[in-house]
Amino acid sequence: MRINPRYINRLVRMGLNVQAYFTVGILIIIVAIIFFKGFPHTNFAFILSFPEDMGREGGIFPSIVGTIQLALLSILLATPLGLGTAIFLTEYTKESLFTKFIRFGVESLAGIPSILYGLFGFIFFVIKLKMGWSLLAGVLTMTIMILPTIIRTSEEAIRAVPRQLRIVSYSLSASKWETIKKVVIPAAIPGILTGIMLSIGRAVGETAAIIFTMGSSLRLPLSLMDSGRTMAVHFYILAREGISMEKAYGTAVVLVLSILLINILAYYIMNKAIARYS
Amino acid sequence: MDTKIATDRLRLSFGKTEVLKSITIKVHRNTITGFMGPSGSGKSTLISVINRMIDFENNVRIEGDATIDGTSILDGSINPIELRRRVGTVFAVPIPLPRSIFENIAYGPRLKGTSDRTTLHHLVEDSLKKAFLWDEVKDRLGTSALKLSGGQQQRLCLARTLALKPEIILLDEPCSGLDPISTAKIEDALSELKSEYTIILVSNNTKQIARISDFSAFFYLGELIEYDTTEKVFTAPAETKTEDYIQGKFG
Amino acid sequence: MIDRTVLKEHLVKWVLVAFALSSLLFLFLIFIFILAEGLPLFLKVGVNKIIFGMKWAPTKGYFGIFPMIISSFLVTIGALIIGAPLGLSCAIYLSEYAGKRTKMLLKPAIELLAGIPSVVFGFLGVIYIVPLVRSYLGGSGFSLISTSLVLGVMILPTIISISFDALVSVPRTYREGSAAMGATKWQTIYKVIIPSAKSGILASFILGMGRAIGETMAVIMIAGNALKIPTSILDPLRTLTGNIALELAYATGDHRLGLFSTGVVLMVIIMILNYVANFGIKRKIAK
Ligand SMILES: Nc1ncnc2c1ncn2[C@@H]1O[C@H](COP(=O)(O)OP(=O)(O)OP(=O)(O)O)[C@@H](O)[C@H]1O
Ligand SMILES: [Mg+2]
Repeated sequence: MRINPRYINRLVRMGLNVQAYFTVGILIIIVAIIFFKGFPHTNFAFILSFPEDMGREGGIFPSIVGTIQLALLSILLATPLGLGTAIFLTEYTKESLFTKFIRFGVESLAGIPSILYGLFGFIFFVIKLKMGWSLLAGVLTMTIMILPTIIRTSEEAIRAVPRQLRIVSYSLSASKWETIKKVVIPAAIPGILTGIMLSIGRAVGETAAIIFTMGSSLRLPLSLMDSGRTMAVHFYILAREGISMEKAYGTAVVLVLSILLINILAYYIMNKAIARYS
Repeated sequence: MDTKIATDRLRLSFGKTEVLKSITIKVHRNTITGFMGPSGSGKSTLISVINRMIDFENNVRIEGDATIDGTSILDGSINPIELRRRVGTVFAVPIPLPRSIFENIAYGPRLKGTSDRTTLHHLVEDSLKKAFLWDEVKDRLGTSALKLSGGQQQRLCLARTLALKPEIILLDEPCSGLDPISTAKIEDALSELKSEYTIILVSNNTKQIARISDFSAFFYLGELIEYDTTEKVFTAPAETKTEDYIQGKFG
Repeated sequence: MIDRTVLKEHLVKWVLVAFALSSLLFLFLIFIFILAEGLPLFLKVGVNKIIFGMKWAPTKGYFGIFPMIISSFLVTIGALIIGAPLGLSCAIYLSEYAGKRTKMLLKPAIELLAGIPSVVFGFLGVIYIVPLVRSYLGGSGFSLISTSLVLGVMILPTIISISFDALVSVPRTYREGSAAMGATKWQTIYKVIIPSAKSGILASFILGMGRAIGETMAVIMIAGNALKIPTSILDPLRTLTGNIALELAYATGDHRLGLFSTGVVLMVIIMILNYVANFGIKRKIAK
């Protein structure tokens, strides 16, 4: 018997539809479980107080501070480096063997799994450069990890800036760098910000690379040389060592909520950027 | 008459195609010189040699010379950035920078290092007045230049160029996208400006050239076919090609 | 004055060149330092005894990581079996069927899924998937199948976004030509669009594999980390990444070198996968 292709067509459509929503369903379930189970254990006191008894009691304040320190400092380092690379690739060269090399470097960095960053950061920053488990080692490792994201998003954003704007700027007697500084970068800011937001998300959620570089001290990191614990690491330790499921869920809420907000903000900025050029 | 801009057997090619074929022309100080000719005749290319915007094109080969006030501008020792302060350009499509009206006009002066508010204010007001735009925008200098109408944007671009305090203004078909009223305003502005500046106006509108230019040049396929006073070119052209073009037989 | 601006332009350019080179420098450093720590043991113990060795007892001089290599591949293939069809379906739905509004909802959701930290996946895997497997299929629940399930979901965003890009870059004329010949939408997709996006789709699978094989935190929470080659999908296992993450914090001496050797093997596998995906397959798309 030959089945009418139109029926197959409809069946496939339905099947694909179900699968697409299944994917969204997974996301919703993940977020829902975390929130549902975790909210009862999350409140201001939890956010603002110090952990006691290895995290069995108390809050997660130091790990929130540690997360913010890690994310902000690595963004502070990676943004000029990444944006500079993107500017170089888009404005200062034509495609050549040299740019191919650099692109190869960027692509390769993007493909390295975080545990290898952890290994590298551990041996290079922690051991060889004698930084020990420290905020600094974590920040430097994270900087390298997020560099490819910043480079790619910035490059895309810069490429989207219309050529005529540059021409106009040159015709008004601007030099190349003045044009980039005053016209190109301002016009590309939303795209660059999207990359920064995504990178912050990465820094907030990362565990494997951070636990071996920044360590897992429960104290509040007060200097670059102090070890510290990000929320993700804290959550991992609570969950894996079975210290406290309640506190684990509570931490997960704060963690997932921050990532949710960061991503939504990134998406919002990106849509604004798209609207600007179309 | 006093020569401001001159080219001497200027040849230019993009790769293998020769786009300017031995152009020799003397543009006179404090006049409006009209450049006309069918599409692809090399008018814009010639303009881009005078302001050195040609630097941003690839595979360009230039022979011969171009001078301003008798000094070569193709010489390696010339700083094109300095040159572009002396040679302002207005393009066919008005492209305001994505910032306020005030900041658009202050862009050039700021690059030069002018940062004093009052100086800038005077400069902005003066430039806008010269471009016949002041009355329309004086109450909203802080709003985005992108909100202006097409005609206003083009006058903004003119004002922005004037704020550089250039000696020469190059206009490449500045009215091609504008309505007759906006066009008239630009033409009025240019007629006033010629006492202070040397102006080259590229236009496909021969009537416009006839109306406001003192001298007219006709280009065809990279060659300068005819160059004389506008009166002469339009009443008794020496070349039949010029006559055909003016009468609208081609182009 | 003139010289100043020219000088500044040059300075800026060279600073930017230095910035651009930093990526290469970092890559080089990562390479060198992992190799410098990881290779000596290969020389001392022997490549064979490490790569094909069955026993991992680093304090007793056994550095065999063969079971881990196999386990890494097994979970990766398992993840692909789950993630590839699902991801491809999603990509097809997004590029061919979904309206603008659905897209506006689905795309950010998928990106968000990529942003969920792996520890969260691991945690939920332990709490929900592991018990589920234990009670319905048997065993401890910490198993190949649980790990594959979770990894399968984790690689979805990679597969979806890269296949999606490949699908939407199929020229419009292909679709129109096929539709003009009376093909139904599915016939067009199946016979025209998927074949012409084939290399991009394959690249998405390979990059998904790279993601799965490199995943660490979720895996150590769910896999059970047993030191042998699993013989059933219900057996626990330890991956290369898991081996490093579990022991790095306290390892010293040769033990630590052994973990870097594990890292070298992982790095080589990842490099091969990335190379195949980026240069073997993507190059074909460009043509
Ligand atoms: N960047 C470039 N690369 C290669 N060829 C070019 C380039 N710019 C211009 N040309 C060619 O040079 C010739 C002259 O172009 P130009 O823009 O100077 O003409 P034009 O007289 O300004 O024409 P129009 O009236 O259409 O503006 C044309 O044949 C054009 O195709
Ligand atoms: Mg032109």
